Parts: sequence; C-alpha cells; structure tokens
Amino acid sequence: MKDTNKKQPRAVSLISGGLDSMLATKVIIEQGVHVEGLNFFTGFCVEGHTHAIRKHDKNKQKRNNALWSAEQLGIKLHIIDIVEEYKDVLLNPKHGYGAHMNPCLDCKVFMVKKAKQWAEENGFDFIITGEVIGQRPKSQRKSAMPVIAQESGALSRLLRPLCAQLLPETYPEQQGWVDREKLLAFSGRSRKPQMALAEKFNIEDYAQPAGGCCVLTDDSYSDKLVDMWQARIANNKDRDYTLDDIMLLKIGRHLRPAPHYKIIVSREEGETNYLSGYRKQYISLRSSRHSGPLAIIDGTPTADDLQLAARIVARFGQGRAEPEDTIEVQMLDGQRHELTVVPYPAEDIPKEWYV
Amino acid sequence: MSNHITQTLDARRLLCPMPVIRTQQAMKNLQVGDILEVVCTDPGTMHDIPTWCRMYQHEVLLAEEREGEFYFHIKVITVDEGYASQAEEW
Repeated sequence: MKDTNKKQPRAVSLISGGLDSMLATKVIIEQGVHVEGLNFFTGFCVEGHTHAIRKHDKNKQKRNNALWSAEQLGIKLHIIDIVEEYKDVLLNPKHGYGAHMNPCLDCKVFMVKKAKQWAEENGFDFIITGEVIGQRPKSQRKSAMPVIAQESGALSRLLRPLCAQLLPETYPEQQGWVDREKLLAFSGRSRKPQMALAEKFNIEDYAQPAGGCCVLTDDSYSDKLVDMWQARIANNKDRDYTLDDIMLLKIGRHLRPAPHYKIIVSREEGETNYLSGYRKQYISLRSSRHSGPLAIIDGTPTADDLQLAARIVARFGQGRAEPEDTIEVQMLDGQRHELTVVPYPAEDIPKEWYV
Repeated sequence: MSNHITQTLDARRLLCPMPVIRTQQAMKNLQVGDILEVVCTDPGTMHDIPTWCRMYQHEVLLAEEREGEFYFHIKVITVDEGYASQAEEW
C-alpha cells in the first residue's frame, strides 16, 4: 500500500544507453517514482569515439546513447567521470576477467556502489538497473545478483525491475513505493520480452551495441590492452594507464617490433588529425614527399628503431611503390629531422608485429 | 542585443562524453543569466550538448561549426538544486 503522506520516492537509474536500462527506468517511472539517471564514464565506453574520429564514419550516429535515452525517458542524466577510480577495478578485479579483459562483475559492483554513494548524497531512496538474470554470462547470472547487492552495500535498496519477480522482495517493494505485481520476470538471453515491452512503451528507436557498451569485451581492443601491459611490465613499469593511453588503443594500426616501443599508424584522415594532437607528447613521423599516414611512437626508440618506423610509415603512404621516401621525424623537443628510407615491403612486415 | 560571455570552456580534443561532463561541471559554478561558451572538436557535441541543455532547461544561444571547431553559447536559465538538502545515509 502506498503511503500518500510521504514524499514522492526517488530512484536513481544506471543508464547505459541500451534498451534494458531504458525499459527498467520506464517501468519505475510508470509507478509514480521520480527517477534520475546516472551514467559512468570509464574511458572504455564504446560510444562514438572511433566514429567521431574516423572520417569515413561521418554518417554514423554520433549521439551519446545514454543522454539520448534519458531524454526519451524525460529524465535528467548525470554523467560521472570515473576514469581514475575505475583503474583499480580493471587492474585488480576480485572476481577476475570474463572472456576478454572485461571485469564485468567487479565493474557492476563498483557502479552500484558509486550509485549508492550518489543516491545517499543527493537524497534518493533506491537504485534501479536494467539487469536481467542470465542475460550476460558473468555479471548477470543468477548467483551474481546477490553478490552485487551485497558487495556494493546497496543491499535491498537495489531493484532490478526487469527480473525483480524472480528475486527476493526489495526495500522499495516493502515500503510500497513500487508494486511487485507490476515488475517483471525476464530471464535468459532472449531479447524478445524486451522488444515486446519496448513496443508496449512505444520505444521504437534504441541502441543495440553488439557485446554491450564496453570495449573491454572486444577481443581486438583487449589484445591491445594486454600488449600495452606486457610492454610496461617488460620495461619495469606498472600497469597504470592514462585516459590518453586507453583512447589511443582505439585508434590506428598498432605495430610492436620490439617490447620497448610501439608504432601507431593512422588509417585515414580523421585518425591523422586526431593523432596530430599528440605530437607534443610522442615522437611522430610523416612523409614529407607524399601524402600518407601520421605515426606516433609510444616508448623509447633508438635511432635504428626510428629508421625502421620510418620504413613502416613509408609502406602505408602514397610513396610505397617508390624506391625511397623521405620521412620527417619530430622529436619530443619539437626538433625535426628527415630520414630517407626504402618503404617496407608489405609482405615482409612480420605478422606478429601487428597487435 | 549582445551576449556577454561569462566563462569559456575549452573542450577541444576531448571526446564524448567528456565535453558534456566538463560542461556539466562548469555550469555548477555559474549563476542564472550567465553565459558559458564551450569550444569542442568532437562533432558528436553538436548533438550531445544541446540534448544536455534541453534536459536541464538551459538555453542554447549559439551552436555552430567554424573551421572544424564547434562553438556553443549556453545561457543558464535555472540552477539545479537537486535534493541534496535531503541527503540521508541508508
């Protein structure tokens, strides 16, 4: 029974930008609860980064899906930068990684914990998520549900509207803020119940990111991340990273001829423009004779390594079929010099150099 | 009518959603009537910043591209107080 003397209950909803969090939020809004959204930026969110950078992706959708879905729901969205705090989740996941470098369960615990803190500080009463039992192999299996509630400290103030009927009664239900009968019992990997509910709510347009909204579930991205860490360990550094480090893993071809340096070569004009923003932080190379890519070097290359890098840059430029090309190298102090090199024959570049 | 810019936020080279996060933070220190200028290079901001402004009922006085950069002038219409005064430990 709803106590009408009380204030309108307030829920904070974890909004990823996908359909499930949209539906979960809508189910609770329909019950008269005031809902606001939270979206956490880890640095690994898929969003439109590569689309924003790559010129040939110009026609692809560039909107932020979390913002867009919050607007469709008519709620406020608070986007929170957790890049720094997230490092510990990724570097030391208590529950380990999934199929790739995805610490999904620890990630969920962390986000719910942050949501709890935010809700307490901002006068909200409970948390909702779009989780569905069995939807994802690691973080959404049934046994993970109480782990998330427990370890985040949210306990019974964590409500999953899409599968709540399959889980124990929560605090908002006990308080009469939400009616359990109007919650759902979705489970498994099928998307049909969600699609039917979306139709009922007249939600026609929604993001359907393959593999979720996090690049850590992507094997190519995970390979680059592991390579970066291995190189750091080989060079007696820890695995700590900056936002630039993890952004650069999304850009260009990555070639590592030796543990102490990596060459990142742009694949098209948009990437060239983006990489040129890093020319003060990294040694960069570009042909001064032909149009072609810009490359930056991560690490501590020797003069011989720069010679090799110049040959690789020449291989991807318009002068690749010429007997030689001149590559301008800009050092960290801004000094420039030119190297005249023979472009590396494409078939001679060892496959294992490609990260 | 001239619009006096209270503060300029340089969000060049930042990719989505960082320009929105920085805008969100900058707006917290502004008063009703103030105008925030935001300069971005991520084309996605042409969609996201106006969306965020609609959500918080701020007025976008200008949103235009100039030589690959995106300029926004945002007028603070309301200050979002939220419910922080009712903060409570669970």
